Amino acid sequence: MKIMKFFLAVSAVLLIPCFAVHSAVDVAVDKAPINIDDKESLKRGAKSFVEYCLTCHGAEFMRYNRHRDLGMSESDILGQLIHTGQKVGDLMESAMRKKEAEAWFGVAPPDLSVIARARGADWLYTYLRTFYRDSSTVSGWNNLVFDKAAMPHVLHRLQGQQILSTNNQKDEQASITEKLEVIVPGIMTESEYNDFVIDLVNYMVYLGEPHATHRRELGEMVILFLFVLLGFAYLLKKEYWRDIH
Amino acid sequence: MSKQENSIVAWIDKRFPMTVTWKAHLSEYYAPKNFNFWYYFGSLALLVLVNQLLTGIFLTMSYKPDASMAFASVEYIMRDVDMGWLIRYMHSTGASMFFVVVYLHMFRGMMYGSYRKPRELLWLIGMAIFFVLMSLAFTGYILPWGQMSYWGAQVIVSMFGAIPVIGETLSNWILGDFMLSDAALNRFFAYHVVTLPGLIVVLVFVHIVALHQVGSNNPDGIEIKANRNPKTGIPVDGIPFHPYYTVKDIVGTVVFLIIFCAIIFFAPEMGGYFLEYNNFIPADRLKTPDHIAPVWYFTPYYSMLRAVTVNFLWIDAKLWGVILMAAGVAVFCFLPWLDRSPVKSIRYKGPYFKIALTLFVISFFVLGWLGTQTPTPLYTLLAQIFTVVYFAFFILMPWYSRIDKTKPEPTSVTK
Repeated sequence: MKIMKFFLAVSAVLLIPCFAVHSAVDVAVDKAPINIDDKESLKRGAKSFVEYCLTCHGAEFMRYNRHRDLGMSESDILGQLIHTGQKVGDLMESAMRKKEAEAWFGVAPPDLSVIARARGADWLYTYLRTFYRDSSTVSGWNNLVFDKAAMPHVLHRLQGQQILSTNNQKDEQASITEKLEVIVPGIMTESEYNDFVIDLVNYMVYLGEPHATHRRELGEMVILFLFVLLGFAYLLKKEYWRDIH
Repeated sequence: MSKQENSIVAWIDKRFPMTVTWKAHLSEYYAPKNFNFWYYFGSLALLVLVNQLLTGIFLTMSYKPDASMAFASVEYIMRDVDMGWLIRYMHSTGASMFFVVVYLHMFRGMMYGSYRKPRELLWLIGMAIFFVLMSLAFTGYILPWGQMSYWGAQVIVSMFGAIPVIGETLSNWILGDFMLSDAALNRFFAYHVVTLPGLIVVLVFVHIVALHQVGSNNPDGIEIKANRNPKTGIPVDGIPFHPYYTVKDIVGTVVFLIIFCAIIFFAPEMGGYFLEYNNFIPADRLKTPDHIAPVWYFTPYYSMLRAVTVNFLWIDAKLWGVILMAAGVAVFCFLPWLDRSPVKSIRYKGPYFKIALTLFVISFFVLGWLGTQTPTPLYTLLAQIFTVVYFAFFILMPWYSRIDKTKPEPTSVTK
């Protein structure tokens, strides 16, 4: 028994580094303050997503009618999310043709269905807030977390235009956005724009795994059931093993 | 029991050895009564195998083995198939948990000397299962056709290309193309759903037949068949597998399911270890990811592959890496003949073996961790050092196991 405990202890200690979170990206990013259970935020995010993202990007693994999960009726979905004449059971396809997109941007905009699972919410939250003017790139835009991104800052009318900040304050705790300063203000204030991006990122996390909430709810029931079963299984074992010495 | 039922059993028994088989393998198969924690992982491996087979069938119903449709079909399963997400997570979590239980099962064998005579063949059959399991994991990981599927497979297939003279022809033959493409996806799908599952089921059956021929080892590493009740002929330390170990394994199964379900329902990506983040990006043969890492269960061997940095004896570094990696897996096969200790179990072995096994476990974990990291000169050096430690455990075993100070084995099993 001693040996067993010793090996268990050694293995447990050695496992710790293995479960330190395997980060999706290596650049410093801001933590996205999202809440996947906030359905109102998800609905706002869905509307912004359809309006601003879906013109160039697709979300072709997602069906419009899945948004019933968010408490939207079919007529809500038709009225608020579908602007392209598609049907409510259709996939969320991009309004742009792939060939044209390649010609315009050099690379077709990626599908966004599972982008939050690949990049992580924090990266998306930072990315959408850190575009800045850069005359050396083709689009005239660059990004702090995605150098020479092919995507121009499509939200600049909302956020305004930023440039790299000249005063280099080295504050480790500060948000990465401190590295930028606004030169042309947008129609939103900084906090309005942040809230807008939070809703959008929250929606993209939902979009990455629409069943996530259901998954966790079901999980609680399953684990609860298994603990009850464990009690009975243990009593059964104890009863049978009573006569083994 | 009614007369009619008895006559049905008798009718079958005349035509099929039903009762005899039931007795020989369950109700009158005598297992040592001192099995501990480490003895759950055999039955758990069987449980996970069944999980993989069943969920696999349902995934096959909706998956499309076509390079232009594979990625989308997995997302179709995740979204539009009823409970498809659950079936997919059961399968993806099952793949990782298969390796967890198999590694623990193998470690049990190493601790208690379960590979020693008369169980050499049992151990070798187990190793064959391990090879098939690795092939299953590799071919299965390609199927979602994400970036890691594609580039991970590219790394593995390029290893065949490192073989001199025939390497390139061989890798083209495996791929059915000059590069990883739809042709390879189709054949890997065929291996993953037909060839390899068939093979593993047969091997698991043979593994259990061999186990029941020689009887189970136990934490004391003594043969319970050597000490029989003179009247009944039943081993004194043996108890019928059914009902004693069936009811005990139910407890182990439920505890395992709690962990398994906690992962499925609350952390199916397991922090990027069970489902890698980059695999949510569709395969793109024009874009090599910055950092290619296999899934965690292959990382110790991936570290060995990357550890060799110099050409040696006309053979270049890459091929040495491949040789080392293959040797790292195959070396377990020699354990029955490397161990020269007069006792089987770690309980009666001396300090040399305990130190050697501890160092081996540490090197396995360190190599595993290094395999997930981007190599730096320091990490490469560490990988080299721990690869040497890993192999030293095996190569030096004939020496340290012979001179080690052992304790006398008991004649009857202890608690």
